[in-house]
Amino acid sequence: MKFTFSLKPENFIIERDDERCIRCGACVQQCAYNAHYYLEEKDKVLGINHNCVGDGRCVAICPTNAIRIKQAENPYRPNYNWTKERMMDLYEQAENGTVLLVGMGAPTPHPVYWDKIVLNASQVTNPSIDPLREPMEVKTFLGSKPDKIEVVFDKNHKPEIKTRITPQLELEVPIMFAAMSFGAISLNACKSLAKAASEMGTFWNTGEGGLHKDLYKYGKNTIVQVASGRFGVHVDYLKAGAAVEIKIGQGAKPGIGGHLPGEKVNHEISVTRAMPEGSDAISPAPHHDIYSIEDLRQLIYSIKEATDYEKPVFVKISAVHNVAAIASGIVRAGADAVVIDGIRGGTGAAPKIIRDNVGIPIELAIAVVDERLRKEGIRNHASLIAAGGFRNSADVIKAIALGADAVYIGTAALMTLGCHVCGMCYKGICNWGIATQRDDLTKRLNPEIGAERAKNLLKGWKHEIQEMLGAMGINSIGSLRGNRLNLRAVDIHEPYLSILGIKPAGA
Amino acid sequence: MNSITIDALNLYYRELNFKIKEAVRKEGIKKVIIKNARGQRFIGTGLKEKDVEIIIESGVPGNDLAMFMDGPTVKVFGNAQDGVGNTMNNGKVFIHGDAGDVICYGMRNGKIFIKGNVGYRVGIHMKEYKDMIPSIVVGGKAGDFFGEYMAGGIGVVLGLNNDDKPIVGRYCATGMHGGVIYIRTEKIPTYLGKEVKIFELNESDKEKLKSLIEEFCQEFKEYKAEDILKSRFIKLIPVSKRPYGRLYSPGNHFPLPEENYFSNKKIDIEKKYY
Ligand code: SF4
Ligand code: SF4
Repeated sequence: MKFTFSLKPENFIIERDDERCIRCGACVQQCAYNAHYYLEEKDKVLGINHNCVGDGRCVAICPTNAIRIKQAENPYRPNYNWTKERMMDLYEQAENGTVLLVGMGAPTPHPVYWDKIVLNASQVTNPSIDPLREPMEVKTFLGSKPDKIEVVFDKNHKPEIKTRITPQLELEVPIMFAAMSFGAISLNACKSLAKAASEMGTFWNTGEGGLHKDLYKYGKNTIVQVASGRFGVHVDYLKAGAAVEIKIGQGAKPGIGGHLPGEKVNHEISVTRAMPEGSDAISPAPHHDIYSIEDLRQLIYSIKEATDYEKPVFVKISAVHNVAAIASGIVRAGADAVVIDGIRGGTGAAPKIIRDNVGIPIELAIAVVDERLRKEGIRNHASLIAAGGFRNSADVIKAIALGADAVYIGTAALMTLGCHVCGMCYKGICNWGIATQRDDLTKRLNPEIGAERAKNLLKGWKHEIQEMLGAMGINSIGSLRGNRLNLRAVDIHEPYLSILGIKPAGA
Repeated sequence: MNSITIDALNLYYRELNFKIKEAVRKEGIKKVIIKNARGQRFIGTGLKEKDVEIIIESGVPGNDLAMFMDGPTVKVFGNAQDGVGNTMNNGKVFIHGDAGDVICYGMRNGKIFIKGNVGYRVGIHMKEYKDMIPSIVVGGKAGDFFGEYMAGGIGVVLGLNNDDKPIVGRYCATGMHGGVIYIRTEKIPTYLGKEVKIFELNESDKEKLKSLIEEFCQEFKEYKAEDILKSRFIKLIPVSKRPYGRLYSPGNHFPLPEENYFSNKKIDIEKKYY
């Protein structure tokens, strides 16, 4: 039985300036959501508002700038409790009885503390530094640091470090590309990020999708992920990367597994993941060999054994209520870095209800984890990497001042490739050739251009970070790490002030 | 054949595994015999040398035996613990005794033969791709969740020991979406995963089963392949490669306007806009 009695309001209105439109057909051909069509008898190009997802592809490509996309008004009676979105969701579920899927990070109005934290600058009492003319170090090493360093002198009084330093990742800029699997995103998107990372001296992450044969050459700048589905995981894969990341959780979907729908599993993906074409790629919610911190230690050390102790092993979790205690356990389990993904972290597909309601903001998580590890005297045993909705270099530098060593950017990285955060990634027909495996769509993303643009973003952010450091009178990012005195809060109140461990502005 | 014997008594797992790797990689040893294993983890983990044999003559190896292993053969003359063949890529493992939980999790290829019983969640999320078909043969009985999430490969449970326990525990094959399970039984296991259906074996099943059981009996000599193959087996295969396809919302669909209203002018704009 199929019946519909719900109003199905559109989200966007497509406006076209008919005077300008030259009937080139670009919008018609390019919109995978079929939001434009050509009406031959009237020689007009028309829009289907209902189909528009607002990803801006047509606006960007229209040669005469004829298209405007506007937000559609709420056709329902305004109601604070029953917003348009809630009503639409409910009607959809009444029809299908399904779990609602979404892509990208939570758009919910959970407070973004970054916007309420301000940075310090030097005035009179200490000089600021000009990064254009003076050295300014932003190089960062990720990995476990020894408690002390023993130096011995040989006969000729030459010093030599006796302490064995465990493997480290060397980052020219403390920003890496977050885990996004080949599967969730296209090979061209992976290539863009891999190339950008290797040219900028930072790292990209395979996500749980194995490593495509074309990407092995970026191995030196690759972090390979091991998640519960163990797709594409074998010794050569573990050894191909510079570090191995065990994924326990993801900010957008804490506590639940992954699920790449069968229709996305095409030939290349099936080869890379070593699974049949067209079969669902299901990652179980937990790793079934990890039911405790002791088990996690076992997986960490099995990877270290398999890679002959040559690669740092990261553990990624989503920021949840007991994140500080969990992070402490992870460090004690032997991880070289803890990755924490906050509630605003992105995804290719997740149940909406989980994405929007589970987890805690990354700002609070960084603060409590750094604090806890310091108090326990184990902060040096592992690096802390933060992720989840970083939008600009100020967010990054604030995260570092709160206690992170480096950050992962996912959504921001995809935006350099054209993503307009439409949130339709789970449909697999991304107009920008990113979250799709359809050949006609993926070829729209040129990996050379993509890499250039992703590189530009990192360059820009690096310069900005240097400027902000210089303004604070600091000449090395290491001196800012966990230096919360350089942060002040505007309009943040207790208890969050003490959780963040920063003073209110003016104090 | 060049071989060495390592006495594992009082050796920490890292030292033991380091010795094994050194012997195999540096000295080209083909046969490593380990005496007095005392629960050392990760034996054989990540080894790639195809013609190497690791024999655990006495004692019990620890968890994650042969994890990520990619070629060698491991034999244990006794029991093994949890995680045997975890994410294993290739090679063979023979256990002349019982093994613990989560055996061959996410295994990609190779074969595991266990003479005795196994614990919970064995064979879960095994994969398969073209001629990479992993298999596990359990001579005894299996605990709950055998073959859970199985995405490929072959799981066989023989139940050759005569205790009165069920041959597989509850929730066998839950979430299974690929591969096949053969169980030597007349009875339908309780709480079978609802993603599978029970079938009779066809000729190709019988052939696959025969070659696995023959290999099993070659190692565990007290059993005769003909005897085992005379018994009745059931076969479990998933009904769908996409067990949860309908759980999630299809979201918006993007209908085309009436066909005659639509003219898809083909233009080559890729060149202009990447
Ligand atoms: S892309 Fe612009 S000019 Fe071309 S058909 Fe569409 S609206 Fe008209
Ligand atoms: S990756 Fe594509 S589908 Fe996903 S939000 Fe960005 S533009 Fe939309």
